[in-house]
Amino acid sequence: MAEERGTHDHDHDHDHNHDLTFQPNIEDTEAGRYELMTYAIRELLMEKGHLTPDELRAAQEKVESLQKSDGAKVIAKAWSDADFKQRLLDDGNAALLEVGVDAGAAKMTVVENTDDVQNVVVCTLCSCYPRAVLGMPPDWYRSKSYRSRVVIEPRQVLSEFGTDVPDDMTVRVHDSLADLRYLVIPRRPEGTDGWSEDQLAAIVTRDTMVGVANPTA
Amino acid sequence: MNGNFAPGDTVQVISTHPPGHRRTPYYIRGKTGEIERVCGDFANPEELAYGFDGLPKKTLYRVRFKQTHVWNNYAGPESDTVDVDIYEHWLLPA
Repeated sequence: MAEERGTHDHDHDHDHNHDLTFQPNIEDTEAGRYELMTYAIRELLMEKGHLTPDELRAAQEKVESLQKSDGAKVIAKAWSDADFKQRLLDDGNAALLEVGVDAGAAKMTVVENTDDVQNVVVCTLCSCYPRAVLGMPPDWYRSKSYRSRVVIEPRQVLSEFGTDVPDDMTVRVHDSLADLRYLVIPRRPEGTDGWSEDQLAAIVTRDTMVGVANPTA
Repeated sequence: MNGNFAPGDTVQVISTHPPGHRRTPYYIRGKTGEIERVCGDFANPEELAYGFDGLPKKTLYRVRFKQTHVWNNYAGPESDTVDVDIYEHWLLPA
């Protein structure tokens, strides 16, 4: 988009000039205490031969390459196979292993949206998120605003995401705090009868599996 | 599992504010809810955080609270809930 700088159409107000302002380098801000401690521990581990730079790089690459598509595949299968869905609800980790997803030590807790219940997931203490299934959490999931507000006024927050929940439905917030990780099975939308699992997986987005949105056909 | 509570039991979260890496959020301390399910036994993360072994393991529960009980002036129907993961040592029978 760089070639369009300064000339492209805008729908937002400006208090900056694209020719003069640049995204700050992350190194421009002074490191905090915990950042410095992290650097120190990393250097010590490397000096003492417990960790090589390549091992650290490979671990970062692995975490950052986790994709949300695994989750969509799982939901599509749950929509298509009632027995699999039940196994997923009963024992998330075992059912995920059936489809080749290893959720690790966290206990995967799968909850289902119905005509009566809209589930939504948060971690009010930090940013617990089912990374094995959904990859890295979005920035908004980690924001203090989402983490505090969705538990206090979930209906307003959902509405800001474009998801209006009628008053005759229950909104069920799940606060994921330590050893549990949550996955929401969204409601299968009407108009998807006869769809293949691949077709279904294509409409299951990350946000529908966190519960802030619902899939549409 | 070692837990003393079963699904359907009414429990109250201890209202205490010890320092440290605590996994029970402030907003739910002192509140009364119902055991939704027993999740299993886990090494205590409040000890693991400081390099201890977290043993003996603590039973973890999902406790369901009515939002209208948790928040004054909650703007939503009576049926709305918040389900919170809480370890045994934070819970009392109620």
